[in-house]
Amino acid sequence: MASVKTFTLPHYEAYPVHVALFTDVTNAPFLRSQLLDANPDFDYAFLDASMILSPSHLLSATFLALHTFLSAPTRKKTRTPHSELVFRLSPNNNIGESYKKFGIADNTANVIAVKLPLCPSTSTSQDASSEGNGYEKDEAITAESVGKHLGDVVKGTSVGLREDGDELGAWCDVEKVRKVYKLGGGEGQKGKKSGVANGHGEEKEGEEKKEMESVILGTIALKGS
Amino acid sequence: MAEAPIATPIEPPPLPHTTRPLHNLPPPFTHHALEPLTQGAEALVYKTTFLTPHTPVVVKYRPPKPYRHATLDRRLTKQRLLAEARSLVRVKREGVHVPGVLGADWEGGWLVLEFLEGRSVRGVLDGWVKGRGEEEEEEMKGLMRRVGKEIGKLHGLGVCHGDLTTSNIMVRTPTFISTSTSTSTPTASSPLHGKQTPSTLREAAMCGDEEPPPHPSSSSSSLLLHGDIYLIDFGLTTSSIQDEDKAVDLYVLERAFAATHPAAEPLFHQVLASYGEWGGKGARSVLRRLEGVRLRGRKRSMLG
Repeated sequence: MASVKTFTLPHYEAYPVHVALFTDVTNAPFLRSQLLDANPDFDYAFLDASMILSPSHLLSATFLALHTFLSAPTRKKTRTPHSELVFRLSPNNNIGESYKKFGIADNTANVIAVKLPLCPSTSTSQDASSEGNGYEKDEAITAESVGKHLGDVVKGTSVGLREDGDELGAWCDVEKVRKVYKLGGGEGQKGKKSGVANGHGEEKEGEEKKEMESVILGTIALKGS
Repeated sequence: MAEAPIATPIEPPPLPHTTRPLHNLPPPFTHHALEPLTQGAEALVYKTTFLTPHTPVVVKYRPPKPYRHATLDRRLTKQRLLAEARSLVRVKREGVHVPGVLGADWEGGWLVLEFLEGRSVRGVLDGWVKGRGEEEEEEMKGLMRRVGKEIGKLHGLGVCHGDLTTSNIMVRTPTFISTSTSTSTPTASSPLHGKQTPSTLREAAMCGDEEPPPHPSSSSSSLLLHGDIYLIDFGLTTSSIQDEDKAVDLYVLERAFAATHPAAEPLFHQVLASYGEWGGKGARSVLRRLEGVRLRGRKRSMLG
């Protein structure tokens, strides 16, 4: 049984999102092969934790993925809500590249698994066309069911998340993220220097991370415009 | 003389059909979670939360205008919304203090922006003029220098604000105030905390937002003068390399200062001095152009 944190996004309260964090994952190749085989039991967004800067970073992409799949004329760019999530994280419009950068690779050790409570509409085709999206809430998905299944299939250490989910950003490789989103490298060097001068350094680093997060959120929100 | 025929009463045309909701919020937003802040000619501004229940944000919604053709309306809304959002992200990337963009839907016509707690420079100036304390003179000058710095940085990137007034410049409450005063003197800081100026406030005057500020001599307000300067409302922003547009930006701001109080006018020199330092290579010629704009007003190419 893996520990799962359920996030309730404002304005999409009806669609709680389940997130689990694993460290020292040893069977990443297996998880990845299940994704490639499109095994319906493995319908998750498995993300590389080193690419997630902060909880807001993840939740922003999650919100956008939910929004694209639930808004009336759907504007989805990918097949499933989970692939949309991975795609929304990426700064460019290449789905394969998004998976390479943000999805798990064979040697990924720290994994974030996200489960969106959506499933293809089972209602008649007429209903689906009137709604125009073909996806609806899957009532069967609960934190327990997700935790149980993930606990069985992921070989790794489950990390419990606190209320704010700050642990999600703890395994981030800031320089890698900076590179992917093409954020100025000059600031990084400055940050390192000020980090040596203790006391103030930590505060400044936090400030810099906030700035970075803000630009990243803007970038992914405007993608595809 | 024949009597003029009595005209048939004129009826307003029926409301054109629009596919988007009219002053109803676009999904997923609902009225019960949103608190209206203000409205301008193009957009309605609400306060709500986003991503987490304790992240305050501003939602700027451009409702469809039923008098326009639906196709044209969608296109204009999309263009304007994206121009604003792209400009904000671009200048934020370069380190100008502006509210961050958290979400956008150009089909739905909404934009989610970071919420800034603090007050507009207009409010600060009004308060300063009312109870002018000499000891604050230096602090005000410092504040104005930082205003000039932000504008200089913005113009240095080749971006014009387009509607640079004192209401569209915010002084953000420094984080140490909100943390320290909430524990030590909650009563003294409450007028400041109760007044939260919206970040995308175009027509600040319209919503009666600028009520008398707390006594400027109180410690929290003088501490506020150390807050960071943020430029808001990029609804009319343009990318421009022309000195003329930048000079007009400054001219509009100068008029806004002059309109506040004669005493506020000298403060504008501080803005210009600091602008000259931070505006990069082009700043000198912009300031020279400002002289010309002052003589003729901001509309240059008015013919007839």
